[in-house]
Amino acid sequence: MAKFVMPTLGADMTEGKLLAWRKKVGDFVHRGDIIADVETDKANIEVEVFATGVIETLVLEPGQKVPVGTLMAIIRQEGEPAGAEEIPEAAPAKKAVCEKVTAPPAPIPTAPPAPRPEGERIRISPAARKAAEELGIDPAAVTGTGPGGRITLEDVQRSATAKAAPVAKPEAVPAKPEATPAGITADRYARMRQVIADAMARSKREIPHYYLSTTIDMTRALDWLTEQNTKRPIEQRLLYGVLLVKAVALALHEVPELNSTWINGLVVKSPNVNVGMAISLRQGGLIAPALLKADSQSVDELMTNFLDLVKRARAGSLRSSELSDSTITVTSLGDQGVETVFGIIYPPQVALVGFGKVTERPWCVGGQTVSRRVISASLSGDHRVTDGHRGGVFLAAVDRLLQSPEKL
Amino acid sequence: MESFSRQSTACFRARKSYKAMTNEQIKQIVLKMLGDVAPEADLYTIKPDVPVRDQLDIDSVDYLNFMVGLHKELGVEIPESDYPKMTTLDRCIEYLVPLTNRS
Repeated sequence: MAKFVMPTLGADMTEGKLLAWRKKVGDFVHRGDIIADVETDKANIEVEVFATGVIETLVLEPGQKVPVGTLMAIIRQEGEPAGAEEIPEAAPAKKAVCEKVTAPPAPIPTAPPAPRPEGERIRISPAARKAAEELGIDPAAVTGTGPGGRITLEDVQRSATAKAAPVAKPEAVPAKPEATPAGITADRYARMRQVIADAMARSKREIPHYYLSTTIDMTRALDWLTEQNTKRPIEQRLLYGVLLVKAVALALHEVPELNSTWINGLVVKSPNVNVGMAISLRQGGLIAPALLKADSQSVDELMTNFLDLVKRARAGSLRSSELSDSTITVTSLGDQGVETVFGIIYPPQVALVGFGKVTERPWCVGGQTVSRRVISASLSGDHRVTDGHRGGVFLAAVDRLLQSPEKL
Repeated sequence: MESFSRQSTACFRARKSYKAMTNEQIKQIVLKMLGDVAPEADLYTIKPDVPVRDQLDIDSVDYLNFMVGLHKELGVEIPESDYPKMTTLDRCIEYLVPLTNRS
């Protein structure tokens, strides 16, 4: 049986509220299918399932708010007999954790994974086993989503992230606007500011940041872009931002340690380059969903997917994997006229890349002073994971890649 | 917002029947498109001679969507090189009226 739990969609998420099930008991689901809508403090999320099989049990009811890691449903995978799993006893207690409480709720323990039958062999890939050892994760407690329930590296990383996510303290509840003594539900913006505050304070408290910046000549990239856009219908035009994203994604191949997470004191290199895009929401606040496998997408694919991501971020219809799987964040404040950005790393990521606005500056080329359009690129790095030297190599790679835009 | 939408639809019907579009009709369409990318904005307070990007906090993605919206609504081609000619509401109208009446 595979357990479908309340996912952790970033370091700033401690709980989620089930809004609706999209499937019912007995439905067959494939890995990647959206089976639930969940409300977090930042957005409404379409939650994907990480197993293929038949929904055996729906544990939660719409309207329930539970901590991350709480069992939500049980999925019977292919070849497994029906009714082979009992719902952990902790599950019914979660019904006490509902919205509009007027007093601080008692802490609800995360539902423990059901123990495997004694003697059952744990199916786990070598990479996942190694990562589990390094991260102090018990493979028996990890739900495998690979073929036949095999535990993958991603499963271990997800489990480690959930384990590392801070659990809401009961005394912190009254401080949240949503649970005022009068029982008034504050707007989501206030909650979003609170979770951003928590995540950023944690980042600044725990991560020893270092900052580097460089100025990149964007003339070739922008000339190439103008040439491309002149030939394209308006719906297919590109923004220079996708060139920046692609250059960052490819540069990470050269300095892969920046494409990592720091979990429980250990560096876990990420198998994919999932670039989180800091997107400001028009009602205020921000969210950073990922362009998944950005390094393997063409600039046209990145453009299409970026526009779609912005549209869905602002409409509140992001998918869970887009929020949980970012491996690095890119932020650009050029539209706001900012010249240089020194961002705060979003844990458990270990790096953030910032871009400012394109400006025209005098530039020396071959002893001549010429006018060039340039952009400031910065790196905020986690000094526990990389040093300034490697950060400098990364920024140099971004610069070099942007000088050959046709190859991006 | 609804009134913009209704007027815009009326303008579109007028265009489909090959009537020349007035400045006011173009203005209503531009405002509707701005309302689509900045739904929280109070479009009645837009100053016609101040860049809309500054007034509505529009970023490059919003601006591209605004241009795509104008293209779809009016059927006009707007080269990227002409974007600087369309920074304010007044300049949008000034740029678009001749284009729509030409086709």
